[in-house]
Parts: sequence; C-alpha cells; structure tokens
Amino acid sequence: MPDVVLEARGLRKEYGELVAVDDVDLEVREGGSLAIVGESGSGKTTIAKMIVGLTAPTAGSIVACGRDRSAPSRSARERRRRGSEVQIVFQDPYSSLDPRQTAEQALDEVLRLHRGGRQGGRAARELLDLVGLDERQGRALPRALSGGQRQRIAIARALAAQPRVVILDESVAALDVSIQAQILNLLADIREETGVSYVLISHDLAVVRQITDEAIVMHRGRVVERGSTAQILDAPQDEYTQLLRASVPRPGWKPERRRRPEDQGAPA
Amino acid sequence: MSTVPTVPGLSGAARRRTRAIAGSGKVAVVCLIVIAVALLVAIIGSAVAPHDPNASNLNNSFVGPSAGHLLGFDSQGRDLFSRLLVGARTSILGPAAVVVLALIAGVLCAIVAAWRGGWVDSAISVVMDILFAFPGILLAVLAAAVFGPGLTAAALALAVAYTPYIARVLRSAAVRERAREYIAAGEVQGLSAWAICSRHLVPNVAPLIVSQGTLLFGYAMVDLAAISFIGLGVQPPQADWGVMVATGQPGVLQGYPAESLSAGLCIVAVVVAVNLLGERLSQRNEEQR
Ligand SMILES: Nc1ncnc2c1ncn2[C@@H]1O[C@H](COP(=O)(O)OP(=O)(O)OP(=O)(O)O)[C@@H](O)[C@H]1O
Ligand SMILES: [Mg+2]
Repeated sequence: MPDVVLEARGLRKEYGELVAVDDVDLEVREGGSLAIVGESGSGKTTIAKMIVGLTAPTAGSIVACGRDRSAPSRSARERRRRGSEVQIVFQDPYSSLDPRQTAEQALDEVLRLHRGGRQGGRAARELLDLVGLDERQGRALPRALSGGQRQRIAIARALAAQPRVVILDESVAALDVSIQAQILNLLADIREETGVSYVLISHDLAVVRQITDEAIVMHRGRVVERGSTAQILDAPQDEYTQLLRASVPRPGWKPERRRRPEDQGAPA
Repeated sequence: MSTVPTVPGLSGAARRRTRAIAGSGKVAVVCLIVIAVALLVAIIGSAVAPHDPNASNLNNSFVGPSAGHLLGFDSQGRDLFSRLLVGARTSILGPAAVVVLALIAGVLCAIVAAWRGGWVDSAISVVMDILFAFPGILLAVLAAAVFGPGLTAAALALAVAYTPYIARVLRSAAVRERAREYIAAGEVQGLSAWAICSRHLVPNVAPLIVSQGTLLFGYAMVDLAAISFIGLGVQPPQADWGVMVATGQPGVLQGYPAESLSAGLCIVAVVVAVNLLGERLSQRNEEQR
C-alpha cells in the first residue's frame, strides 16, 4: 500500500461557542485523492485552513509527509518546508492572485523561495506549459485574464513548490461547466505526471466523482460517512448523505413547481 | 487665516466640485507645472535670489515695485521677491518632511494592525484614537516647549498629529487587502511576513498612500504656516511664506498688503495644485479597481 502523505486525527476547531470542526479523522495516500463533501458551513474550508496552517486547530493532530504540523511553524525553514509539502488552491480566481503580478512573476517568486534563483525562468515556463498557458498569458496581469486562466495560474503556483498534496477548496466552483471540465482533466493529467495527491473540497458531486477515489461526508463539523467515492455516491448509508445526493439534479430531473400555501386558491 | 491646524473635511457639494475640476487633464498639467516650479525654487531659490533676503534698509520700507525689485520692499525695507524665493525652501520642504514622516508612521501602524489583527490591531486603534484627540496646535505647543520653537519641532508635532489620519484610512484598505486569498497563498507558500507585506500588501495599497500623501501635503503647508504665524514655527527674520503672511499683517492695516498677499498667494497656489493632483490620483485609483 502507498505511504500516507497526509493524516489528521481528532481534528477540532472552535470559534467561541461554535464548534466548526469536531473530531475529524482523515487520511490521504501517495497519489490518492480524497473528497470532502458537505453543505455550506459544514466545516470543509476550516479543515483545509488547519491543514495548511492558516488557522490553528483547537485540538487534534495533523501529520504531513511524516512531520507534525499541528502547531504554528517556528522557523523560516520549517515554514518553507511545510509549503513544499501541502499547497492549496482557493475558490475565487479573482482574489487568489496579486493584481499587480504577472503569472511569470508570481511563479518566479515561489520558485525562488523553494528552489533558489538558478532555474527560475525555465521552471516558470514549464509550469505555465503544464497548466496550458502560453507566453503571452504568462506575461499578462490577472485583470487581463479570464477566470479559468487565472485558476490555471493559481494551480501552477501551488505546484511550483512541488508539493506532495494539493488541497482544492471549491477550486472549480466559480467556473462555468466547460471550463470546469477542462480544469478537472488538467488536474487528472497533472496527477498522472507528478504523482501529487489531492484533497478536493466540493459540494458538486459530479466533480467529486470525476477525480477522487475516497470521500468523507461532513455535516455540522462532523464526519457522517466515509468510504470510496463510488460507494458513497451510489449507495449512501447515512441519511444525510442520501439527502445531499437527492438534492443534486440528475439527467432526467424535472423542476417541479411547488405550490406555496398562499398561492393556493389564488385566481389564475 | 485660521490659526487652528486641523484637517478640514470638505462638504459633499464642494467635494464633488473639486473632483470635477481635478478630473480634467489640462488642470493636471497646470498643477504639475506649478509643483515643478515650486520644487525648483525650493532647491535653487537662495542661489538665484537677486538680493540678500535679510538685508534691511528702513529707508525702503513699503517702497513699491521698481526695476531691480519686482515686488518692492516689506516693512523693514527687505526685497520681497528675494524673500519669496528664499522662503520657498522651508515652506515646501517643511510640509514635505511632515508628509514623509506621517506616511512612514501611519503606514507602519496600518500594516502592522492589519497583518496581526486581534489585540495588536485594537491596541494600535486605541493609541490612534488618543492621538486624534490632540489637536495639532496643542502638539505644536508641546513640541515647542520641549525642543524650543522652530521648524523641526513644528514639523514633528504635525507629523504626529497626522499619523492617525493616515493610519485609519490605510488600515481599512490594508485589512481588506489582507483578507484576499493571494495573501493567504503567500503564507501557505512559506513567504515571510515581511516579504508578503513589502512585496504584496504595501504595493497594493500604494495608490492610496500616494493620494493621501498629496492631500496631506496641502494641509501640512497651511498648518505649518499657521504654526509659524503664531510664532512657534520658523523664526523671524528667516524668510518663510507662513512667517511672511504673519509679519505682513501690520502692512495690510496700513494699506501695503504686498508681503502678506504675495506669500499667501504662493501658499494657495501650491496647496491647490497639490490637492487637485492628489484628488486626481485617488480618482484614477478608484477607476482602476
Ligand atoms: N474566522 C471565523 N470566525 C468565526 N466563525 C467562523 C470562522 N470561519 C468559519 N467560521 C464558521 O465555521 C463554520 C464552518 O465554516 P467553513 O468555512 O469551514 O464552512 P464550509 O464547509 O467551507 O462552507 P462553504 O461550503 O460555504 O464554503 C461556519 O459556521 C462558519 O460560520
Ligand atoms: Mg468553504
């Protein structure tokens, strides 16, 4: 069995009274991918933020590449090392890039941090190539690029540090369906090529099915079901997962007009 | 002329008018020319002044313009034109120093508050609120008492008085910018706080820093003149526009307004030019968002 690259045990996050994440365990294997699904506010982003160190867990442990990262990093070196273990791509392609930086500059900055100055230019071009952007787009400011193109830059930037795990927090949700499909294919290709693992956060079950093999279902901060993605989507055991699945429109689904009480008896 | 240095807020209608004027390209060119000339004079004024600005000859008191003396003489018979040229240095570099100091302190407070958030942010806000309560004039009196009256003390006092204005405006912009995901992405990459703030946060609020700085320059000029006017700033007989407005007062009463008027016009011209330019910069900044 492949090595575990990311593991969280008993993860918990409290915001004052609110328990946003409660006793969550998860595990990602080398080259594998885990989906985290659940309704809005169920704690998915909070888990992602704890894993990448943007917020500290109230309790629990996180281990990536065999090293504990539950506490904030203490040295610049440790910070960089964590950056080269787990990366994240955010949902909003409009705010996830510095508006004053071209794609090349953004990649250069990260490459210099993680690989030193030498191979800067070439490595940046290779990354742009990997995510399917040409030289002109590499030299453009974000404001001159489409949402899909920006998201490709954000993916390239996450990959620049050569991480073992990339977390995708609703990373395709803001894009329209055909661009979504392109990006998902791209992610699948990149995994083939680099052996990176994904943690895919999404409320879109179709997206989840496409690139993950395992899934956990979150509800109010707790994991209510876990297993293989196919099993969870096709034969959900938990009542909440069934509800979640039933709320997704499928082929042949007809919008049904619901009559509200006040509509009844109203003249046509 | 007001003797209370404060940063006045424009009324809504007045502000809309200013914006309309500032929006025109020709006006911007004129403003730039005025500012360039003022800077040039500030640098080379003493060298090109035709007469010694402090040489007085009471026989020439209030004598009007003549061939060698473009603007005539002041009450003590000193050449007015030369005094204007020489006075440009303190009159322009003084406010410039105030603006630079206030920007450094204000931006530093704003960025630290936005970056750290939590109790650091609250603590900085409290200090700024306390500073807000001190009028610039009071700080100027305090500074004069501690350091002795003079341009340095007055400029320091004003810089301290302006810092909370800069800090407040910039903090809210920096907080907004801090919350954007590219900042979080930098943190996840492992960039240091210094790298993120200096390479990303500050450059992205820089247009606001520049426009705030230019607006503040106008206020600083008027306020420094006011402080000199009440005798706590630049000390006579040194030539300075603010001081000249003050010392020309008896002349105004006697029917010789040239000294106060010419110095006052110089102040007004530079202040208006800088303010209009600042307004234009902040408009540009809004349009680009
Ligand atoms: N900084 C914060 N302070 C206080 N409460 C927070 C904070 N961040 C998140 N929460 C709360 O924690 C809960 C989980 O939020 P989270 O962002 O993890 O949800 P999510 O599953 O990612 O939802 P979505 O699908 O809408 O992105 C929510 O109730 C949210 O209000
Ligand atoms: Mg979320």
